[in-house]
Amino acid sequence: MAGTGKAHLRDSPAPILRVENLVIEYKSGRNDPVQAVSNISLELHDGETLAIIGESGCGKSTLGKGILKLVDVTSGSVVFNGVDINTLDKEALRQVRPNFQMIFQDSISSLDPHLTVGRIVRQPLDIWNRGEESERDAKVDELLVSVGLDPERVKNRKPHEFSGGQCQRISIARALTLEPKVLICDEPVSSLDVSIQAQILNILQEMKVRYGLSLIFFSHDLAVVRAISTRILVMYLGKVCEIADPDTLCDSPRHHYTHALVSSVPVPDPTVHRHSAILQGEPPSPTNPPSGCRFRTRCAAATDLCATEEPQLRETTPGNYVACHHPRD
Amino acid sequence: MSDLLKITDLAVDFDTSYGKLHAVRGVSLDIAPGESVGIVGESGSGKTVFSRATMGLLRGSSVHRTGQILFEGTEISSLDSKQIREYWGTKIAMIFQDPMTALNPVRRIGAQMSESLIKRLGMSKSEAKDRAIELLTLVKLPEPELALEKYAHQLSGGMRQRVMIAMAIACNPKMLFADEPTTALDVTVQAQVLELLAELRKELGMAMVIITHDLGVVAGYTDRIAVMYGGEIVELASTTDLFTDTKMPYTEALIKSIPRVDRKRGSELASIEGMPPDPTSNRASCGFADRCPYAVQKCRDEHPQLVDAGNGHSYRCFFPIGGK
Repeated sequence: MAGTGKAHLRDSPAPILRVENLVIEYKSGRNDPVQAVSNISLELHDGETLAIIGESGCGKSTLGKGILKLVDVTSGSVVFNGVDINTLDKEALRQVRPNFQMIFQDSISSLDPHLTVGRIVRQPLDIWNRGEESERDAKVDELLVSVGLDPERVKNRKPHEFSGGQCQRISIARALTLEPKVLICDEPVSSLDVSIQAQILNILQEMKVRYGLSLIFFSHDLAVVRAISTRILVMYLGKVCEIADPDTLCDSPRHHYTHALVSSVPVPDPTVHRHSAILQGEPPSPTNPPSGCRFRTRCAAATDLCATEEPQLRETTPGNYVACHHPRD
Repeated sequence: MSDLLKITDLAVDFDTSYGKLHAVRGVSLDIAPGESVGIVGESGSGKTVFSRATMGLLRGSSVHRTGQILFEGTEISSLDSKQIREYWGTKIAMIFQDPMTALNPVRRIGAQMSESLIKRLGMSKSEAKDRAIELLTLVKLPEPELALEKYAHQLSGGMRQRVMIAMAIACNPKMLFADEPTTALDVTVQAQVLELLAELRKELGMAMVIITHDLGVVAGYTDRIAVMYGGEIVELASTTDLFTDTKMPYTEALIKSIPRVDRKRGSELASIEGMPPDPTSNRASCGFADRCPYAVQKCRDEHPQLVDAGNGHSYRCFFPIGGK
């Protein structure tokens, strides 16, 4: 598991977002800093949905925050439309920020409980002083309708009066107010009922087309991202394992970790008996990651080579990449 | 086959500021010893209230319970507070969705685990410690001796759930209720916990009830599944029949809404539009009529009764899929 490599980056057409060799460290007391994101490179093209998959603690949320510069980046670059946002001063960064928006896993706590839904969705326009009063109201109505809410019924109510799924709709409307280019979704459906998940995923797909968005979608559930993504990147302990299109990744995973992830997803059909490769144990601590390939401690195919040399990302089939010394067939 | 748990026409109402809320409306369900049953439904379908009523956890002046809950022939509402404590743990035990809030944050794992062993089973301190280590080994927690000295926040979500399971099975219960046991966990850990529960069930001969919103979770781990909607069971069948001979349109919609890792993607995921029915209303129609693609006028005018299709399969629909 390496991800130390940029073989998977494509040069043309120019990506809307390009992350190169990103490293994010957290200081932890007197100990050595923890590398939550360790040398990750990725890119997002116009209209793409890039899914980033991994377990709790693999660094996916930190990566999302790093892309938005909500945490300090230790090294590496995040280039949006040709500009490295790490080099921008405070005001210039503020000007770029409306292009990136984020929706969160816990939609209820990400909405201000004191404000009405109308205010929540309108606030970005007030802050940026965009449009006339009446135009702002019209925009709020348009957004609420587009996420499937009735503006007259919801505008004057507060977040606690809504269910989790409805709050996620409100979060999406708010994120789209400033017409961003990139929407970062951090586990947006994992706390919702299955039946509601499908509603939210469909809304995200619709919004993507209607507002010309590119999506980065963080999740731990491959079944969810298979349905909506154009590319999937698998992360483990701060590194990249595999990048591929959804069908290739789910049907013939090359990395042993990806295979374990695919096998873990329950299939709603008692007649399907899948070869189950349940991962044992827990991921090792990122404070002291294993040498070489970081997955080797839980990998059935690990050899001495995996302990000494970190595997690099290399192309397997056109457009698909894996970082493993002994990939699956 | 004599039933371990026999629930007949259970109804639970709550007094609220906007009137009487009918959380569970006439549910009947029998569970045999050693059986594994899934209870599936959306938020607000009444599945959690149902399980709490069965546990005897619903007490208070604003709760109104009717119907029968017989565990090994004894009505649980007839148990006084001393007897119900005896019932919990030895007869029936429960694990919860959020293992963080279910564990005491300021006491070490070892102290929490040995409490019930000492008080209930009369073990000495050192016996309880040995048994706690044995239980943690049984649930495959790495380094159980060290875990006893830890606090809940020092464990990961999956490890906490293992501790909860170890505590639940400490007094060899005959039935284990698992209320959304894996919803807060990653898929990889979810698979581990489900496998563990299945193994323990076989090893200890427990009956198990898994309560979840995700049909995918219970598909591989249950003998029978009850689908709940608006406080009622709308379909009850063997797990295989429920998936291969689905009768109730709501069940069909639930199955279709699950994203599948083993299927190529289609254009759009099937979602169930609309909202579950108002729990305060006295229902005169089918609760699913407003969201059902097959609904006709009759579904809006009359409330369907549970129909027995034979072979332990029953459903609540006037126009079942595939005919009667």
